[in-house]
Amino acid sequence: MTRNSVPGSITAEEENRAKRETRDALKGFTKKPGVLIPILQAVQRRLGFLPRVAMEEIAVYLDLPPVDVYEVVTFYNQFRLNPPGKHSVRVCLGTACHMKGGYITLDAWERRLNIKQGQTTNDREFDLDTVACVGCCTMAPVTVVDEKPQAKVEPTKVDGLLLAFQREKETGESGK
Amino acid sequence: MAIKRQPAVRSPFAGLKKEAATHWQELMKGGRPVIMVGTATCGRAAGALDVLYALREELKQQGLDYPVIEVGCMGHCYAEPLVIISKPGNPAICYGRVNPVIAQRLVREYILGDDPCLEFVLAAMEPNELVPGFQDFPRAAYEQKMLLKNCGHIDPLDIGQYIASGGYSALEKALRQPPASIIDAVRKSGLRGRGGAGFLTGDKWSICRKSPGRPKYLICNADEGDPGAFMDRAILESDPHSVIEGMLIAAYAVGARYGYLYVRAEYPLAVDHARIALKQARKSNLLGRHILGSGFNFDITLFEGSGAFVCGEETALIASLEGKPGLPRHRPPYPAVSGLYGKPTVINNVKTLAFVPHIVMNGAGWFAGMGTEKSKGTAVFALAGKIVSTGLVEVPMGTTLRQVIFDVGSGIPNGKKFKAVQIGGPSGGCLPELVLDLPIDFDSLTTAGAMMGSGGMVVLDEDDCMVEIARYFLEFTQKESCGKCTFCRLGTRQMLSILDDITKGKGRIEDLETLERLAEDVKAGSLCGLGKTAPNPVLTTLRYFRDEYEAHILEKRCPSLMCRDLTAYYILRDKCERSCDACVGTCTVEAISPDKKRIKVIDQDKCIKCDTCRVACPPQYNAVIKLSPVTMVPARN
Repeated sequence: MTRNSVPGSITAEEENRAKRETRDALKGFTKKPGVLIPILQAVQRRLGFLPRVAMEEIAVYLDLPPVDVYEVVTFYNQFRLNPPGKHSVRVCLGTACHMKGGYITLDAWERRLNIKQGQTTNDREFDLDTVACVGCCTMAPVTVVDEKPQAKVEPTKVDGLLLAFQREKETGESGK
Repeated sequence: MAIKRQPAVRSPFAGLKKEAATHWQELMKGGRPVIMVGTATCGRAAGALDVLYALREELKQQGLDYPVIEVGCMGHCYAEPLVIISKPGNPAICYGRVNPVIAQRLVREYILGDDPCLEFVLAAMEPNELVPGFQDFPRAAYEQKMLLKNCGHIDPLDIGQYIASGGYSALEKALRQPPASIIDAVRKSGLRGRGGAGFLTGDKWSICRKSPGRPKYLICNADEGDPGAFMDRAILESDPHSVIEGMLIAAYAVGARYGYLYVRAEYPLAVDHARIALKQARKSNLLGRHILGSGFNFDITLFEGSGAFVCGEETALIASLEGKPGLPRHRPPYPAVSGLYGKPTVINNVKTLAFVPHIVMNGAGWFAGMGTEKSKGTAVFALAGKIVSTGLVEVPMGTTLRQVIFDVGSGIPNGKKFKAVQIGGPSGGCLPELVLDLPIDFDSLTTAGAMMGSGGMVVLDEDDCMVEIARYFLEFTQKESCGKCTFCRLGTRQMLSILDDITKGKGRIEDLETLERLAEDVKAGSLCGLGKTAPNPVLTTLRYFRDEYEAHILEKRCPSLMCRDLTAYYILRDKCERSCDACVGTCTVEAISPDKKRIKVIDQDKCIKCDTCRVACPPQYNAVIKLSPVTMVPARN
């Protein structure tokens, strides 16, 4: 899996797919002002991230220099330049989560997954990132795992969540 | 604008209303028990979906076909997941901290049997002889629900339930008045923008109405980016139609043709609910052309923000809607004169707009009768942090901080001492005990160095380090600064690096003066609210908690035992129990091991200070303590 270890590097096959999906997504949009961000969101929803080819396709479609698309992509936190993992882990670092030890939780995820925030594990099982606040402040510290907010995630719960994924994977494989 | 004053035809709405009322009657008074589960994001995080599934499953097993309705957030987030059971003949009862097992018991023992399972009751929904109700809670003396009235009581995805509870009646009433009279009423009500700045809503509308240029736009700002605030999320999830109705009335008043609902993408459930609500409204002819048979045309597009805090600022939000990076621009011209695509644009916060139907329905005088001289109506606060009753509260403007924290929020948990309340997010400040008797309104907190902001309140206790919280907020604003203004971009970075040093014990005493000077410069040298208010958390903590800064710098000591570089974990030898291995097993980095006498010892080089062992140590021993400065740890013997 070494070829995936460089962030953002994708295979030719993935590149073709990205191109195809992007063109497909663009069909839903008419070319008018203000449409760039919804397009980027739609493409990211399909691909999970925004590879270079996708940004180039969008630039051609909207008659923009590619750097303008890149500018918008890198300005907003939501857009990813790296391929996502199978499971997404988002550690909330809002005020309440921070005061209740969200940074300790982030440490625990980084230690267990052996990646830093913003990265994807080499086997593309997990990607780890932080989020400003998901508004579940009463359940702090929160980690959003695969879109589901998990309450009171302390280092021991990090281990528990990972164990659950591992068991799921094992039973899934043995079931095949 | 081509809004011809045509008398609205009454019949379409009368029909909708009648149908909704009939459905509601059938549901609630149908002689069957009705079960409601709060499944807003806060409920889901606590496991409400499992409870919902368990309830449905158990009812099916028992062969019962009773309605189980998903409702929004009642505000009692501390007791999630919440289940409300209305059984004919009994008062509606709200159960708190329900899990699938309790859910099963509720079906068997209360719905099938006759035992209301008092041990799981949070409170009854109405006064009765059987169980204490919410009206008996101390907070009931302060709470006055207007925006949160429907939240947690109706199904947010059923437009009929909103209409049955009086929804869209204000729109119908508004459409029969000239737009100017609505602007007049909103102005007389004294309604001020709830996004934080507190500009008079009526004035903003009037400027937009008078400005030339077509089409006009109306934007609802639901880009609630303040960490620690979740009022707008809860309202959109629990009662999205109230926001849509407010937008409709506002659009009619200012003559807007197109509307945008700008919701941040970090709120997927709010986005979903808003999208469904818009669809329903369109289907019922409450959006689109000839709304309710009148000459009024208006439609709303849902726009997902892409995660940039600065986009809460109105000109940045508009730039983002135009497909550009969200950089704020100089004002004037204000958006009301020249906004989206250079056209007159009204941009209001979720809560501001949600107030509008109430003002139209009940009159300007009624609204102006609540609150203080210059701040009218109610305020919604999100309570979080070290407070017993975390959740949402709505109280009249002018309620004091003390009342909100101690009476409504039930004070500080675990017998700890109150230290400060962080109000207004990264733009606000940390206020100490000393100013708790200040009434909360738009103007009063400014003198104390904070601001009401949009309504997020995070309570801090004696374990929270004030230097660390200042550093946290600055890290946030520094990261979120769009980079346009030099002082905001570089000044906050310099301030952050000083604060980083202080929390690591590398600060110098003269740094405090530099911080204050830089703070003033950043305020003066920034274009938008982000930079202008970014230094507030630092300035307020320096003002009220200077001693903590000094302890970090002069003694390398964190008085709250929070800063990790200045604290160490230690196991008290005389308290550690030889036969217990709780800490050894839970340590995430295997830093704890027993010595020859089976007393546990922490290897300070390995310890990552994750607090797990302190939590794991059984309360009868409580042998794990934190020490600061780190030199207090005795040498290993």
